[in-house]
Amino acid sequence: MTNPKVISRTSSDKELNSDYKYGFVTDIETDLAPKGVNEDIVRLISAKKNEPEFLLEWRLKAYRHWLKQAGKDPDWAKIKFPAIDYQDIHYYASPVQAPQLESLDEVDPELIEAFNKLGIPIEEQKKMSGVAVDAIFDSSSVATTYQESLEKAGVIFCSMSEAVQRYPDLVRKYLGSVVPYSDNYYATLNSAVFSDGSFVYVPPGVRCPMELMTYFRINAEESGQFERTLIIADKGSSVSYLEGCTAPMRKSHQLHAAVVELVALDDAEIKYSTLQNWYPGDKNGEGGVYNFVTKRGKALGNNSKISWTQVETGSAITWKYPSVILQGDNSVGEFYSVALVNNHQQADTGTKMIHIGRNTKSTIVAKGISAGKGSNTYRGLVQIMPSAQNATNFTQCDSLLIGDKCGAHTVPYIDVRNQTARMEHEASTSKVSDDQLFYSMQRGISEEESHYMIVNGFCRGIFQELPFEFAMEAQQLLRVNLEGAVG
Amino acid sequence: MLDIRDLQVEVSGERILKGVNLTVNAGEIHAVMGPNGSGKSTLTHVIAGKPGYDVVQGEVVFEGIDLLELSPDQRAREGIFLAFQYPVELPGVRNRQLLKSALDAVRLHRGQEELSAREFDKLFKTKVKEIGMDAELMKRSVNEGFSGGEKKRSEILQLSMLDPKLALLDETDSGLDIDALKSISESINRRVSSDRSTLLVTHYQRILNYVQPDCVHVLVDGIIVESGGRELASELEASGYKSFKDKDIQE
Ligand SMILES: Nc1ncnc2c1ncn2[C@@H]1O[C@H](COP(=O)(O)OP(=O)(O)O)[C@@H](O)[C@H]1O
Ligand SMILES: [Mg+2]
Repeated sequence: MTNPKVISRTSSDKELNSDYKYGFVTDIETDLAPKGVNEDIVRLISAKKNEPEFLLEWRLKAYRHWLKQAGKDPDWAKIKFPAIDYQDIHYYASPVQAPQLESLDEVDPELIEAFNKLGIPIEEQKKMSGVAVDAIFDSSSVATTYQESLEKAGVIFCSMSEAVQRYPDLVRKYLGSVVPYSDNYYATLNSAVFSDGSFVYVPPGVRCPMELMTYFRINAEESGQFERTLIIADKGSSVSYLEGCTAPMRKSHQLHAAVVELVALDDAEIKYSTLQNWYPGDKNGEGGVYNFVTKRGKALGNNSKISWTQVETGSAITWKYPSVILQGDNSVGEFYSVALVNNHQQADTGTKMIHIGRNTKSTIVAKGISAGKGSNTYRGLVQIMPSAQNATNFTQCDSLLIGDKCGAHTVPYIDVRNQTARMEHEASTSKVSDDQLFYSMQRGISEEESHYMIVNGFCRGIFQELPFEFAMEAQQLLRVNLEGAVG
Repeated sequence: MLDIRDLQVEVSGERILKGVNLTVNAGEIHAVMGPNGSGKSTLTHVIAGKPGYDVVQGEVVFEGIDLLELSPDQRAREGIFLAFQYPVELPGVRNRQLLKSALDAVRLHRGQEELSAREFDKLFKTKVKEIGMDAELMKRSVNEGFSGGEKKRSEILQLSMLDPKLALLDETDSGLDIDALKSISESINRRVSSDRSTLLVTHYQRILNYVQPDCVHVLVDGIIVESGGRELASELEASGYKSFKDKDIQE
């Protein structure tokens, strides 16, 4: 790369020959901070965003905490990767003209085109019906559609940077209330350097009138992406939130260390769905995104509900455990997951359900698909605290193996400190059987299509949890990412 | 339509078919009868191309095409359908989805256009009714939680949807109550036309009360020991396979 500010699209579209269809790079001017992280960078990010003092202080506390643990990346997960050089990453990369856009007319056409290519139109006339989109390009939010109709309903859906300016009290009250800055290595780094993300607040009694969606895109090379998302559902409200992600193909690894915090007050419900299709690296394991993400929800109020659904098909490495703290009485936590690994991909993913309130109920359904030389681990904790009278958990972990060079592992931790708890655990490991394959092929369906259909069937229970368009896209992702795994 | 010459097949080194000769002309129904373990399913599997069988000698020709050169899905698209003795479950795969994909593939190969979702649903509905299938059942995954009889009916439904030139029915009649047997027999009879053939594998002659085969073959220990008309079935019913086995040994 000769000029770090301008990235050539043609060089990457054509040079990198791969099936990953989101691998293009967009040619836009990027405001890029120098590589490396230190107090000055933290201050720079905060200053760029014109942040209030409390936030800078919080970032600095996080940074200092991170320094103390430097070199101590978590090592308990079943993933392998060379040590990350944290000084070789840009911690701030933003399209030059992103801040404070009055209307979409001011958005760089290249950017709009980039999102169109991803199937996420952000122009007014092309908006997806019924879905409000916040598009995040590298570290900055570039557009939030359907702003007005949301405002009418009283729903706040904006970038984190904007929320910091316009709703500092809400941010101050809830930021770090679910994932404290000291939580884990990556979350701590994120707290210090997070650049943008989405912010949602649904006022009491309001059902959010449309699905909210954030689309993440890593574009700049050797930049990390550290978004921070905060969703608050006030008493008796509900919201469904979708998150999609892609990144260009790069020979180097890209670090994605995001934090998502959800807070549900009394009788509120949050449904959070993710389609994760970060670039997985090539067939030899070169390149790809390190997806080290902390996602946690607090079902704070009585009768509140938090539900995570994720379809993880991309990334070189996935390290994420969307969790629920079931604090309110009668609160509900759910985790539905499909994780696919192919080629050299590694996934260590699962959930934590921490039961604190009475009559709390959690459900975990995790489906792991391993193909190629992929390694897939489900890691989950169900913890029933002494206060959690009459808690119930149902856990089901199913693994599907394709070929014989891949691996599937299940690591369930159970910690029950209240004897009234009822726990149910089911696990299975299966292969696409030759008989199933022959049956389908005998009907005239090709081997590849048969494989795909059977794998898709394996995931059906999870896909059903997704909003319709997302379910279709999830099937498509599965197909694309299974290519080359069969036959 | 189908010509099998001196077919010899091994499974894990063991000879199962020991030189089968069989010709089925267009428009004909043939019945293959024989005791358990005689190689009936093996024969249908080899025609359909199931992996795991070594064809050590012989040929299988379908309308001039060497079937042994084709993959199972290619054979199916050429017009060969196997109603399985033991249909497998495909968890999470809807019946409609399997059949739509299958019909699309078959039609594309025949040079026909894919059916639109609406046209397909119409056809599907008609066939479900015709076969007397419980429509609710069809909303489930393929064969999942189906009783033995329901699985057999479902195979016949698929047969009727895909309308192949050659149907191989592997004990589709076993485990059926009399109503189901009649209904399935009707479906088989409805198929009869100058360009469709059926190979009916069974070890009871019961179904032959409803379906009139042009020819009956007796398969014993991997060899067709006798072929003849319908009367052969009645003969079998009276004296069992034992007499044929003895014949085989004498020869
Ligand atoms: N996969 C297999 N491995 C070993 N032996 C087999 C296998 N499949 C079939 N056989 C044997 O081949 C013979 C014929 O089986 P099959 O064709 O199923 O008979 P039928 O359908 O007439 O009852 C039996 O002795 C059976 O045990
Ligand atoms: Mg049999």
